[in-house]
Amino acid sequence: MISMACNIAGVPFKNPIIMASGTFGFGREYAEFYSPELLGGIVGKGLTLHPKAGNTGSRIHETASGMLNSVGLENPGVAAFLKDELDDMTRWNTAVIANVGGSNLEEYVQAVAMITENAQKRRTMNRRGVDMLELNISCPNVKQGGMQFGIQTEVARDVVRQVRNVTALPLVVKLSPNAENITQMAVMCEEEGADGVSLINTFSAMKIDIRRRRSVFANTYAGLSGPAIKPIALRMVHQVAQAVSIPVIGMGGISSVEDIIEFTMAGAAAIQVGTYNFVHLQAGAELVYGLEQWMQREKVQSLDEIRGIL
Amino acid sequence: MANVISNVALVPGIYVMKIEGTFKGEMGQFYMLRSGTGYPLLPRPISIYDIGDEDISFLYRVVGEGTSLFSQLQPGQEIQLDGPFGNGFPQVEGSLALVGGGMGTAPLLLAAKHYPHAHVYLGFAQQSFGVDAFEAAAASVQVRVGGSIVEKVDPARYVNMFSCGPTPMLQALAEKTEGSSSRLYISTERHMACGIGACLGCTMHTRGGNKRVCKEGPVFPVEEVDFDDLHGV
Repeated sequence: MISMACNIAGVPFKNPIIMASGTFGFGREYAEFYSPELLGGIVGKGLTLHPKAGNTGSRIHETASGMLNSVGLENPGVAAFLKDELDDMTRWNTAVIANVGGSNLEEYVQAVAMITENAQKRRTMNRRGVDMLELNISCPNVKQGGMQFGIQTEVARDVVRQVRNVTALPLVVKLSPNAENITQMAVMCEEEGADGVSLINTFSAMKIDIRRRRSVFANTYAGLSGPAIKPIALRMVHQVAQAVSIPVIGMGGISSVEDIIEFTMAGAAAIQVGTYNFVHLQAGAELVYGLEQWMQREKVQSLDEIRGIL
Repeated sequence: MANVISNVALVPGIYVMKIEGTFKGEMGQFYMLRSGTGYPLLPRPISIYDIGDEDISFLYRVVGEGTSLFSQLQPGQEIQLDGPFGNGFPQVEGSLALVGGGMGTAPLLLAAKHYPHAHVYLGFAQQSFGVDAFEAAAASVQVRVGGSIVEKVDPARYVNMFSCGPTPMLQALAEKTEGSSSRLYISTERHMACGIGACLGCTMHTRGGNKRVCKEGPVFPVEEVDFDDLHGV
């Protein structure tokens, strides 16, 4: 009997396929195309304590085997998420992960404290709340916050430590490939009590409009994602998985079942799908069915048989 | 996936692609089209040009690698398409003008078919295309090649106006409409990734706050449009 199930920090996932933050909204839009219940989990749109309007001007640009985005964490804020989105997200039988960003340390701590308190309150009322937190210290698209915390290990340590102090929810830290040393960063997260790490977020990148002689993006730089970054993401997941004993969630350009297998062989406990959601609206369903078929064909009963074999 | 029935250049670089199947769609809505399996990754948002009982058509200009791939499709080949998406033009009553510029004429054909009494104004920079389709659908069609089609439009004559085209044309029409009682709806354009409202890549600043062109748009009442933001596209 094949099982795609996995467990990360005590949270059960029916399969290792999780939709990445910023690419799946809060699930509602894609639910018109397939049931989110097929998925292992959903990471909601990146949240900040207060609502954020995001960046002005062009936000999307396609590049060779990838895309640049400069959305800039547009989101309704934590309070609106808990009030307007969480009921919808938790009605599907799939793990719900809240992705949290911030402009400063206090914002991170307050946002996480609010979500944690809400989860506890809902639990006392026998209602599902957020299952897991993903701490975003790696968004390259906001001038203050996000990636500035994710580059230097000792700066990030403060965020992870203080957030850990205010939440008992399973805590995964999303790492930036722009970090000075991503392995060191992951080790720090483990030392500070994170339950897992997810990697990689987008690469800081650029596109110039040569006719206008300026960057395509008002914020000059944007985040590169998609198949173009997959080989680098795979290498980083491999390195990090060998350096830590907490689960590693792999992501970066995953667009096929074969990509999922590669990340699993590199040591990923689960994976996230981002840009591929835009290529095929039914990407999640396609990958879940495809992975099951692959396991049957290859006579792999559990992904544990191939996890981290390299 | 669906089969291409025909893919014909009206003038160099501008094609009408007809695709086989039963499709839904209202005037001003769009589909996300993708050809091939590799690069480019993202589907392209293309307005519905026409719908028959067993087909759907798209008018497109070859501007980059995505649309270049479209232009190479032969009858019988497959294309990926999802839709219809977006809000489309509203149902209105009373006199109506349809004002289109260049490729902005594409989403207006269904409106012309829906409202045969509408007066159609079509402007082109260098060469007209697709005019005969409008002439078959509408009683009145005025065309201008070079110069501004907006000069021919008197907003005071119309209860409603639908428009799509280059931002300077839209802004000129908006300015000319100010002070009249005519209600102007314009169809906007933005780079998109998902097309369904999830990625926030096509968010536009409007006077009512941020709006997703793919979900709350692409059609907006002119009073909501922030032309400074639109010029930044």
